[in-house]
Amino acid sequence: MNDYLSYSAIKLGGLIQSKQIGVAELTRAAIEAAKESNDGINAFITINEEEAIRQARRVQSLIDNGDTPSKLAGVPCAVKDNISTRGTPTTCASRILGGYTPMYDATVVERLRAAGTVMIGKLNMDEFAMGSTTETSAYGSARNPWDPSRCPGGSSGGAAAAVAARVAPFTLGSDTGGSIRQPAAFCGVTGFKPTYGAVSRWGLIAYGSSLDQIGPIAKDARDCAAVMTILSGEDKRDGTSTPFEFDDSSIANVNADSADLLVGLRVGVPDEAFETGLDPSVRARTLEAADTLSNLGAAVERFSFPMFKYAVPAYYIIASAEAASNLSRYDGIRYGRGVAEPGLPLDEAIIRARSEGFGREVKRRLMLGNFALSAGYYDAYYNKALQAKALLCGAFDAAFDRFDILLTPTAPTTAMRLGESLDDPLTMYLGDIYTVPVNLAGLPAVSLPCGFSDKDGMPVGMQFIGKAFSDVNVLRAAAAYQSATDWHQCAPVSAAKGGAAYATV
Amino acid sequence: MPQYETVVGLEIHVELATATKVFCGCTTAFGGEQNTHVCPVCMGLPGALPVLNRQAVEYAVRAGLALNCNITRNAVFDRKHYFYPDLPKAFQISQLYLPLCTDGWVEVFGKRVRIREIHMEEDAGKLVHDPWTDSTLVDFNRCGVPLIEIVTQPDMRTPEETVETVRQIRAALSMLGVSDCKMQEGSLRVDVNLSVRPMGSTALGTRTEMKNINSLKSIGRAVAGETARQIEQIELGRPIIQQTRRWDDNKNASMAMRSKEDAHDYRYFPEPDLAPLSLSDEWIESRRAALPELPEQKRVRYPAEFGLSAYDTDILVSEKTLCELFERTAAICGKPKDAANWIMGEILAALKERGESPDQLTLAPEALARIITLQSGGEINRNAARQTLTAALAGETSDVDEYIKANQLAMVGDASALMEIVKQVINADPDSDAAYRSGKEKVFGFLMGQAMRALKGKGDPGRLKELLKQGLG
Amino acid sequence: MPYLALIFGMERGIYMELTSAMTHSIAKLSGIRLSDSEAAAMTRDLGGVVGYFDLLNELDTRDVPPRAHVLPLVNHWREDAVTPSAPRDELIANAPVRRDGYVVAPKTFEGGGSS
Repeated sequence: MNDYLSYSAIKLGGLIQSKQIGVAELTRAAIEAAKESNDGINAFITINEEEAIRQARRVQSLIDNGDTPSKLAGVPCAVKDNISTRGTPTTCASRILGGYTPMYDATVVERLRAAGTVMIGKLNMDEFAMGSTTETSAYGSARNPWDPSRCPGGSSGGAAAAVAARVAPFTLGSDTGGSIRQPAAFCGVTGFKPTYGAVSRWGLIAYGSSLDQIGPIAKDARDCAAVMTILSGEDKRDGTSTPFEFDDSSIANVNADSADLLVGLRVGVPDEAFETGLDPSVRARTLEAADTLSNLGAAVERFSFPMFKYAVPAYYIIASAEAASNLSRYDGIRYGRGVAEPGLPLDEAIIRARSEGFGREVKRRLMLGNFALSAGYYDAYYNKALQAKALLCGAFDAAFDRFDILLTPTAPTTAMRLGESLDDPLTMYLGDIYTVPVNLAGLPAVSLPCGFSDKDGMPVGMQFIGKAFSDVNVLRAAAAYQSATDWHQCAPVSAAKGGAAYATV
Repeated sequence: MPQYETVVGLEIHVELATATKVFCGCTTAFGGEQNTHVCPVCMGLPGALPVLNRQAVEYAVRAGLALNCNITRNAVFDRKHYFYPDLPKAFQISQLYLPLCTDGWVEVFGKRVRIREIHMEEDAGKLVHDPWTDSTLVDFNRCGVPLIEIVTQPDMRTPEETVETVRQIRAALSMLGVSDCKMQEGSLRVDVNLSVRPMGSTALGTRTEMKNINSLKSIGRAVAGETARQIEQIELGRPIIQQTRRWDDNKNASMAMRSKEDAHDYRYFPEPDLAPLSLSDEWIESRRAALPELPEQKRVRYPAEFGLSAYDTDILVSEKTLCELFERTAAICGKPKDAANWIMGEILAALKERGESPDQLTLAPEALARIITLQSGGEINRNAARQTLTAALAGETSDVDEYIKANQLAMVGDASALMEIVKQVINADPDSDAAYRSGKEKVFGFLMGQAMRALKGKGDPGRLKELLKQGLG
Repeated sequence: MPYLALIFGMERGIYMELTSAMTHSIAKLSGIRLSDSEAAAMTRDLGGVVGYFDLLNELDTRDVPPRAHVLPLVNHWREDAVTPSAPRDELIANAPVRRDGYVVAPKTFEGGGSS
């Protein structure tokens, strides 16, 4: 049964629909794999066995009645622990939300359930999605299935690790500045960040509201597209949701001989993404992928994108400011971990709950954000960042006049060793250079595997960026690349048991 | 001792009369049990998102147009941050950078009081102190009720001007139907910013802010009282401290609440969860065209069309219910002056006696119109009219004719019935009869009075006089 | 990754001087308290990052309107129709202290809020 978990979600959906696999059986296998892997990988904060089995039975009876709700019906999945689940604790990997159980489901959870997928648990992450390694989790760091001494990336580290370890065929992460794409790259899987507004944020516990998007992590782009079909579509409860709906049929049909879809695709490669500072192996693999695209008929062209380097400071100002605002509500009064000591005056009780409840990185960003918004600094920092964002959007518009897709590395390095990067925040923030411009401009982007590092053998990911609402095109290009290559099929051996890291192709 | 001048600016918070809260579908109804009109959005649960109530924008725009404001085409919402348990998100959604309405005015005693802006925001919850546990109980029912905050320029100089400004704004808003404007219930709350300065000076003095004053009368007293306090401080050589004070109407004095030293740095920034507004000229003009007649227009029309005095007009137009009662009654019975007289006299007196405000008035214009018609047609006398009106005001009857019949208040005009009484009166006092015949005319008056008494005042006096003469003849 | 700093001009040493007094006042705004050693580390960390923010000063933004929203969405509003509120028990179930349908907060002093 465990072998099935290495199948694609679409393939599993087909086997379930044709009754070659039972939903409950598959669900149990996924739960076993989750439990077994969790000692080594720590991808899950909560494994929700009972509810998963209940849903599995419900879905099986629908299928038995010829009432299959979607083509992913019966497929196990898991969601990042900042996505609200009614009746199941949702912690954001923070002490301050200890004991918090939402009374309502996020829209994406409602949609996954209605589509008949089976959610087996909640995934580890950086606290409140702030971090690039999953080390800021109050539940301990998740680990990279390719090398458990390394981080899986972050903040959706658990979501990427669970897919890489072949525990869940797909997971949902959230991406504010690269939090789906960077861990996908570090774990050798495919992660998609949709256009801002394509997926409802209702029930997603906010980090940076103008940047946050929920998206899928899976083994390949076709699975990502299939999940997007379930997730997308207008939601009246989210004032920034759009009527954009996903048509995955053109992507699902991309197969081994469909690489010719790349013929004539205009691919722009920004010079600034390949300057000093980039790990030589990552640089080499990404440029090789560019050659592959070119060989498959894409028109690949270098161009200059000087706005690139301004995205990181603009991003950290805007994201921190929104975070400072969004996280003000955690005061231990209405929910979460309050102060047990009675009789404290209000101010003291709030300060204690927050000082004890938030970790160091969250505190850093709350401080940065409140600084950037505070009287006397707003214009110099926050407003300046919004202006930089306007310029960046303009630069992207100009680039997309010339190109269908922009190609960059997903991250400047491969997965770091645990404990290597937490001390210097600036170094950590600079690791987001390729991903944050995409969030500032609200664009769709996918990270997909393109090889392994010569230095450490870890997976290397590259990123395709498209213009707003060209989500289908972005995933189609990724699927076409994947139909001609097999990096995305590589899995860490015995990853589920936290075993050694080497690739099987 | 130098002469001083008071400088007053107002911040008026008005709850809009929408059915639902500004960012969620919870009801705005008053009086629900604690925390029963609440949902994940208005309780600020993690992951909940606001969606703007269109009607709240309509009402706020209507208020802006009525108060002569410019409407901002692309208004945005901002977050205003501070920690307090009645504010569950720890920020209030408000408008700082691009408020919905700017640069309006109201005319008060012939001069303009300028309105700097009107912005939209959400109300906070309610805190109840629990002395038994020395803790605070939080009720989120009012949390998220839509408010507009009307901010004036410091253009008022006297208690009278200040009260009149509030009265005019309240009259306009209630006429528009955008709020019920009940000060006692907190749907209209006034903060008074006040400073004093030597007469002739143009610089502003240090100001204090008095919060949530809950009646027109208290506003006047608060302005007078705080002016006196500040002048006294200055005369004693003490500095005025910029602070928030609470007006205590019972003590007729203001009390310091907190100093501006602890003023919050609110860290406003544009609310990312709410798309900006985009109001076209056509959209705004269609709202302008649909505005009802406003108090200032009625103030011109009532004297011109109905011949009402300026005084009566002023009282009527300051209350929506009075205007409506007046206009509809006048339209039904065709006697506007009588309608105005009844409202200004009996009806206001009755309200005062019951300690009610005009917005509690429930009298149907049909009832008042019928009373006026019956009295002016001589079918009932003034006392009967008054008695009927009192019953109608108290809700004892809804059918005027029924009530008059049941209580035998109609005039007696039937000749045989009157003649019967005349005979009784004459027979009862044969001396008078004789005296009259001998030319003592004043006896006639006495007999007339006797007859009227017997008829309990409801005899038609003309007919009665005729018949009495006949009987004595 | 010191070479990353090279691209971003960190070699020029543009560090904003963040004082520990500022750190404490920002901590207060943030509703957190820092121990002395935490504050020292925070001052150093933030100083580096805030200095790096100054990179944006290279951009000429004189005529650039700030852009808060990336989507061209406007007037995303709903009609004024009442929807049922949530069951009270569920709403307040997560509150650490509650009584008689109220959420219980620590004691407050008059007038702490604002509007």
